Amino acid sequence: MAEETNNGYKSGSNLEKILRAGHFVVTGELGPPQSADGSVIREKANLLKDVTDAVNITDNQTAIVRMSSIASAVLTMEEGLEPIVQMTCRDRNRLAIQADLLGAQALGVRNLLCLTGDHQSFGNHPTAKNVHDLDSVQLLQMVKTMRDESKFQCGDDIKGERPTFFLGAAANPFGDPFEFRPYRLAKKAVAGADFIQTQLIYDIPRFREYMKKVVDMGLHEKIYILAGVGPIKSSGAARYMRDKVPGMIVRDEYVDRMAAAIKGIPKEEKAARRQAWRETGIQICIEQIQEIREIKGVAGVHIMAIEWEEAVRPIVEGTGLYPRPIVNE
Amino acid sequence: MIVGEQKPIAEIMKLLGDAQKVLIAGCGTCVTVCFAGGEKEVGILASALRMMSKLEEHPMEVDEVTVQRQCEWEYIDPLAERLGEYDAVLSLACGIGVQAMNERFPESITLPGLNTTFMGLPEEQGVWEERCQACGDCILGLTGGICPIARCSKQLLNGPCGGSQNGVCEIDPDVPCAWQLIWERAEKLGRIDNLLEIQPPKDWAKSRDGGPRKIVREDLQLGRETTEAE
Repeated sequence: MAEETNNGYKSGSNLEKILRAGHFVVTGELGPPQSADGSVIREKANLLKDVTDAVNITDNQTAIVRMSSIASAVLTMEEGLEPIVQMTCRDRNRLAIQADLLGAQALGVRNLLCLTGDHQSFGNHPTAKNVHDLDSVQLLQMVKTMRDESKFQCGDDIKGERPTFFLGAAANPFGDPFEFRPYRLAKKAVAGADFIQTQLIYDIPRFREYMKKVVDMGLHEKIYILAGVGPIKSSGAARYMRDKVPGMIVRDEYVDRMAAAIKGIPKEEKAARRQAWRETGIQICIEQIQEIREIKGVAGVHIMAIEWEEAVRPIVEGTGLYPRPIVNE
Repeated sequence: MIVGEQKPIAEIMKLLGDAQKVLIAGCGTCVTVCFAGGEKEVGILASALRMMSKLEEHPMEVDEVTVQRQCEWEYIDPLAERLGEYDAVLSLACGIGVQAMNERFPESITLPGLNTTFMGLPEEQGVWEERCQACGDCILGLTGGICPIARCSKQLLNGPCGGSQNGVCEIDPDVPCAWQLIWERAEKLGRIDNLLEIQPPKDWAKSRDGGPRKIVREDLQLGRETTEAE
């Protein structure tokens, strides 16, 4: 596998190559099913390949049991799409995480996103015992040490092939304490993050303010920052995200635009309303990407269209980001 | 203090089974202060059990006793001679007291009447909140005296997760975000530098390692010869 880390690449993943070449990156998101049905992964992968450079495979997202992210990643690769495996600290201790990562490497996974994980109380096993042996910063540090020093967390040598992941982490510019957020990003960069994907952005002025601090700290030169965006499905969804989801800020303009989208369409015409909402949601997302692209320090977008993977193609095409670049060297 | 909460009476009745003579044993320390298992609560529970026994036509004689500390031999030893007359002891001490009774008096059965919930403090009259999880490796010096192990729902050591907003934790708008508190305090004290350092993985072996943790202080042990007399 030595050739994979040629040319100074850390992992040689498609994502790393495209970022290194200076292209504006597009990543997507693929949620595994709450069943053992692999065809779900294959179908979603086919909607996302060709329009994204790599896709996140969520790890028991919102603390709901789903097909394992590593297994789903293998199915995704079989369809010709590069996975970014998500790994949370909620469900595994440092032994389990390292063991799974050795397996992921052997199966060909090359991108890893290190997360704290949603609290189990949000999911379908709220009485489960959580782990949190490590936090996301410590997880990054552990995997970086495995990759760069060929050592397990305990200090023992990895004898033989080591994992060579391109390492990602999340950042939430809309969480509090706001002043702490850029510093926390800096900690993740020091700990080993190569790229960052942000929380969904529905408050561009606040994101701009955050990015200004990030750029002032020089962090954009140390890590690639991908801005999180996603098409809104309906005005109800916009209101829900604004009012109910912890750690999100949704400006009223988006809620109002989604509400205005169905003006004049009678309530009974459900399909027409849905269609109007979806068109507006996609249009807002396209405009957001165009605006975010101009913000200094942003290296790409992470499009989260969970259970609406069809939306990704019109968004990518609508922003002129199609076709996706191919970087061979 | 150790804070506890009385089990539901139905669960207590089920635990007592067909016991006809029961001793309720309170404790005069932590659980007295948190109004869960002191002399007063022993009296109230005893009355309730007597009523239940009448209602359910299950004859039950209930006696009461409260010792100063159920977790120390010298305070519970005086109970030894009485215990033979009871089918069961119902302890309103914390889990340590219940275990001390069973360990010291193996011929009797002592059952728990409380759920031992946490180590904490009364924030105000009638409200207690956890403050310490006895992790065995105190980091309060780094965090301005606010514990992320006891107070952060994910026990994070390197700052808040993405779910912290408007000062509260994602799990519940009534739970303050520990890292918001830590950050505000560090700003006030001019010590944010502490929070910018990466804290390494915690040594959980000092916490829930499996098996009881133990402290041996030879300097305090009785009947041990002084070996370093020189």
